[in-house]
Amino acid sequence: MAPLRVVGDRDRGVVIPTVITVPTIANEVELRRVLRSGRGVDAVGVESRVAKLGTRSLKTATKRAAIDLSIAMVDLTTLEGADTPGRVSSLCAKARRPDPSDLSVPAVAAVCVYPDLVAHARRELGDAPVSVASVATAFPAGRASLEVKLLDVAEAVAAGAHEIDMVIDRGAFLAGRWGQVFDEIVAVKAACAPAHLKVILETGELVTYDNVKRASWIAMLAGADFIKTSTGKVAVNATLPVALVMLEAARDFAEETGQLVGVKVAGGVRTTKDALKYLVVVNETAGAAWLTPTYFRFGASSLLNDLLMQRRKQRTGAYARPDEFSGD
Amino acid sequence: MSERLDVLKTYKLVLNGAFARSESGRSYEVTAADGSFLANAAQASRKDVRDAVVAARAAQITWWRATAYNRGQVMYRWAEMAEGRRSELVAHVKWAEGLTTRAAQRSVARAIDRIVWYAGWTDKASQVLGGANPVAGPYFNFSVPVPSGIVGVVAPQESSLEGFVEAVAAPLCVGNAVVALASERRPTPALVLAEVTVTSDFPGGVLNVLSGRTGELAAHLATHEDVDGLDVSGGGEWSDELALRGAGSIKRVYRPRAHDADTPLRRLRTFVETTTVWHTMGQ
Amino acid sequence: MIDTALTSGLGALGYDPAPESAALARLRPRYGLFLNGEFTDPARHEQFASLNPATEETLATVARASAADVDAAVAAARHAYDTVWSTMPGAERAKYLFRIARLIQERARELAVVETLDNGKPIRESRDIDVPLAAAHFFYYAGWADKLDYAGFGVRPRPLGVAGQIIPWNFPLLMAAWKLAPALAAGNTCVLKPAETTPLSALVLGEILQQAGLPEGVVNIVTGDASTGAALVEHPGVDKIAFTGSTEVGRLIQERVAATSKKLTLELGGKGANIVFEDAPIDEVIEGIIDGIFFNQGHVCCAGSRLLVQESVADEVVRRLLRRVDQLRVGDPLDKNTDVGAINSAGQLARVREMSRWGEDEGATRYTSACELPTTGYWFAPTVFTNVAQSHRIAREEIFGPVLSVLTFRTPDEAVAKANNSKYGLACGVWSEKGSRTLWVAQRLRAGVVWANTYNKFDPTSPFGGVRESGFGREGGRQGLEAYLDV
Repeated sequence: MAPLRVVGDRDRGVVIPTVITVPTIANEVELRRVLRSGRGVDAVGVESRVAKLGTRSLKTATKRAAIDLSIAMVDLTTLEGADTPGRVSSLCAKARRPDPSDLSVPAVAAVCVYPDLVAHARRELGDAPVSVASVATAFPAGRASLEVKLLDVAEAVAAGAHEIDMVIDRGAFLAGRWGQVFDEIVAVKAACAPAHLKVILETGELVTYDNVKRASWIAMLAGADFIKTSTGKVAVNATLPVALVMLEAARDFAEETGQLVGVKVAGGVRTTKDALKYLVVVNETAGAAWLTPTYFRFGASSLLNDLLMQRRKQRTGAYARPDEFSGD
Repeated sequence: MSERLDVLKTYKLVLNGAFARSESGRSYEVTAADGSFLANAAQASRKDVRDAVVAARAAQITWWRATAYNRGQVMYRWAEMAEGRRSELVAHVKWAEGLTTRAAQRSVARAIDRIVWYAGWTDKASQVLGGANPVAGPYFNFSVPVPSGIVGVVAPQESSLEGFVEAVAAPLCVGNAVVALASERRPTPALVLAEVTVTSDFPGGVLNVLSGRTGELAAHLATHEDVDGLDVSGGGEWSDELALRGAGSIKRVYRPRAHDADTPLRRLRTFVETTTVWHTMGQ
Repeated sequence: MIDTALTSGLGALGYDPAPESAALARLRPRYGLFLNGEFTDPARHEQFASLNPATEETLATVARASAADVDAAVAAARHAYDTVWSTMPGAERAKYLFRIARLIQERARELAVVETLDNGKPIRESRDIDVPLAAAHFFYYAGWADKLDYAGFGVRPRPLGVAGQIIPWNFPLLMAAWKLAPALAAGNTCVLKPAETTPLSALVLGEILQQAGLPEGVVNIVTGDASTGAALVEHPGVDKIAFTGSTEVGRLIQERVAATSKKLTLELGGKGANIVFEDAPIDEVIEGIIDGIFFNQGHVCCAGSRLLVQESVADEVVRRLLRRVDQLRVGDPLDKNTDVGAINSAGQLARVREMSRWGEDEGATRYTSACELPTTGYWFAPTVFTNVAQSHRIAREEIFGPVLSVLTFRTPDEAVAKANNSKYGLACGVWSEKGSRTLWVAQRLRAGVVWANTYNKFDPTSPFGGVRESGFGREGGRQGLEAYLDV
C-alpha cells in the first residue's frame, strides 16, 4: 500500500513529545484515577465548534485532493446477514479499482466484512493494496462471554484479516465497570496480533460526549490502534461532534504518550460534503498528521459512489449520472 | 413649682451606622417654619461625604448579599420602629413644614406606609423586572436586576419626610446603599427617621444621612467616582450642574418629572442594572 | 500522482482561496443622505470616501452631513412623528418592522458582502452572525409594537418622539438594527448617524426601508463624522439620544445632554474578564477564549480581553491557546475560510499597535501569531500577552483589537476580585463544570452580561448593556423597550 502520510505539518498538528510516557494502568482504581483527571466536555461548545468548521469551503485543488484522500480512507463495508461470497467479490473489485474508467482513482483503504467472509475477501483482493478488516467480538451487540469474543477474533485473524474491528461492552461501560471494558480490549489486542485493532465505542449508545471522551481514553490506554465511532447498527451513528471529541482525545493521547491512534467514523457518512466536513475537523483539531488512511478512516458503503461522482464533476465540470458507477 | 426645662437633642449625622458630628466640627442653625430656633444641625463637609461613601461601599455588599427576604424584614422593621416614633416624627414634620398637626400626622403615616410598600418590593423586583429570555439556541438565559451600588440622594427640599422616604427607600429596597443629603433647611425629620435605622437591623453604612449645605455637599456627591447613581430631586437650581458633574463617571441620574406618577417604579428602575446570564444547556 | 495530491492537500497548503464575490454588494459609486425617504445631496455637497480596510481602496463616496442637514433630518423625523408614526396603531407599525426583517433576509447575501467590504470583518461572521441577527432584531421588536401595554411600564406607555442614534463601526448593520427596531416599535421616529468609516450597510438599509414602504421621514440616515454626531446630540428637537461607542465620547455626550430633558442610553467600552476554572471543559474553553477575543478582530466592546485563568491549569491553557492562535486564518475578509479579517481603519491600527507596545514596555511576554499578513490594508496579527499584571495598562485599558492579556488567579474569590477591579462592567465569561460555583461567581460579577461556558453570544430577546463606566440602559429584550418609552 502506497504511503499516504501527510508531510509538512507546519505547526498545525500535534507536537509529538520526545519523552514517551504511556500511563501504566495497574488496576481499576488506577484507571479511574486517570479517567477522572480528564475534564468534561461542554456539549454546546462541541456542537457550535463543528457548526463553525462546517462552514469551511474547500475549493479547486484542495477539494480534489480531499476527495482523493477520502476515497483512500474508505473502509468499504458490507455487514449484512444476506452477505454472500458473490457480493463480497464485487465489493473487492470496487475496492481495488473504484472507477475502472479512471485509473487515477486511488484504491480504498480496506474492505470490511464479517469473519466468515475474510478468507474469501483475501483471495479476491490478492496483492492489491487494500486491507481486509473484519468485525469481531460478537459484533454488533458484543453480548457474549470473553471466550466467545476471543474465538471470534482468532478465527478472523486466522482467516487473514489485517484489521479487527471489535466492539466494547457498552453494558459494562454504562454500569461503571470500566476496568472490565479495559481488560477486554487488552485481551482482544493480544489475540488479534499482528492485525491492527480498531475499537468500536458505539457512541450512539454512550450518548454523552463525556462518555465518548472517557471511552476513547479507555480504548487508547488499553492499546487500540484505532478508535471507531459506531457499528452502523444502531439509530445514531457517526456524527461530527462525536468525531471532534474523539479526535481531540487522540491528539491529547499522542501529546502525552507519543503514540498516534487512528480514528474511524462509521455509519451515516454518505456524501462527499459530509466526508469533507470530517476532513476539515481532522485538519483543524487533531492536525495534519491524521490526514492519512493510516490514522483516519470512513466506514461506509454508499459514500464511495458519491465521492466518485463529485470527483468526476471536479474534473469534467459536469455532474455524472449515478448509474455511471457500479452499485457495489 | 417651676416648669421642667426640656432636654434638647443634638442632631448628628447618621454615618456608618452611628451618630457623628461633622468631621469639620461645624454646625448650622435650623429653624422651624415659623422662624423660631429648632436645633443646631451638624454641617457635613466634603470629608464626611467621602467617609459616607466608603462606609456605603463596604455595607452595600453585605446588604445585597443578604437574601431579598431578609432585606424585606429589615425594611419592615424600619417601618415598625418609625411607627414607635410617630409622635416625634409628627412634631418634626409639623415644625419643619409648618403643617397642622393633622396634616403632619397624615404625612408621617404616608411616609411609614411607603416604607412598608418598598419593604415588600425587595423580593419581587427580580420577578417583575427580570425573567427568563427565550434565546434562539441551547442556552438557559435569564436576566436579574442588580443594584447599581451606591446611590447619592439629594433629598427633596420641601417634603422633608415623605420626599426623603421616597428617595431613599426605592434604591435601598433593591440592594443599593445610600448616601443622602437631607433637606438643607428641614433636615430633622429625615435625621430622626435615619436614627431609627441605627437601632434597627440595617448593616451600618447602608443608609447614611448628612445634613448641611446642599450646594456644597451635592457637588462632592456628584463628582465622587465611587458613587454609581445620583438622585438630584432636591438639587433645585443646581440640578443641571449636578447632572453634568455626574456624567464624569457615567452615573445613573434620576431627575423627577411631572408625570412620574404614571410610570411605575421609575426611580427604582433608575438604580438597578440588568445582569443577563447565559449558560449552555447540554447533556 | 496520488501522493502529490494527498501530501500537498489540506495539511501543508491550507485551503485554496474561497472568496465571496465582491460584486454581490452592488454598491453605488456615490451615496447621498437618506432624508424624508429619499437619498439627497447634503446642503454643502461634501462627500467623503468609505474605504475597504482590507485593500485601502475606495468603495464609494458618501455625504458628509452638516448641522443644517441634521436639522433637516430632525425636522423630517418630527414631521413624520407628528403626522404618521405616533398616531399609527401599533399593529400597523409591527407590520412595517416585519417587512423590514424579511427584506433584510432577502438581501442577506448582499448585506453580508457590503458589511465585510466596508468593515473588514470575515464574511463568515457577517453572513452567519451580523446579518441574521439584524433581521432577528426587527422580527423580535415587530411583535412588541402592539403589545406595549404588557411590557411592564404602565398602560399605554408613550414614545419619546425623535430619537437620535449614533452607532459604532464594529457592527454597523447590527447596531443600526439594535437601535432602530426598538425605537420604531415603541413609536419613535429616528435620525441614525452611522460611523464615519462604515456607513454603507446603513445606506443599503435605507434602500430596504424604501422597499418596505416605510413612511417618509420615519427613519433618516445622516452620514458624516464626529461633528455630525455632535450636531445630533445638541439638536433641541431630539428627545432621545442612544449612543454606542467609546466611554470617552459617551461621557461627553452625557455631559452635553445633562441639562436637557433628553433621555439617554449609553453602551460604552469594556475590558471583559474571561474566567477559566481548573475543572472547565478544556477544549471548549480554548474555543471560548478564541471567540472571546478574536471574534470581529477584537473590535467588540464586550470582548473577553482579559483572560483570568486558574493558576493550576494556566500552563496547559496557555499552551493549547497559543497552538490554536496559530491556526487562525488571517486574511481576505471575503474568503469564506477567513477567521480574522482586517482592522477597521488606519487610526485603529495605530492605536492597537501603540497599546501593544505598552504591553512590551511594561514587561509582559508577547506572543504573536506567525500568520502571514497581506501587504496592503490594515492588519494586526492575533496577539497574546502572558505574564500580565493587574496593574499593566493592557489589563486595564480597552484595546479594541485582537490582543489578549492573560492573568492568573488562585481562588474563586480572587477571580471575582480581579474581574471586578475595572472601571468597566460590560461582560464577563465564566468557565467551569461546576454549576454552583458558576452561579456564585455570576452573582458577584459587576457586569451586564455573564456568559457561562460560552462567550460573545447575542440574541434579540436577551438584554445587553453595561454597568459602571460601560454605560447604562439595555438593548434587547423587554428591557430594551424602556430606552425608547417615556417611562
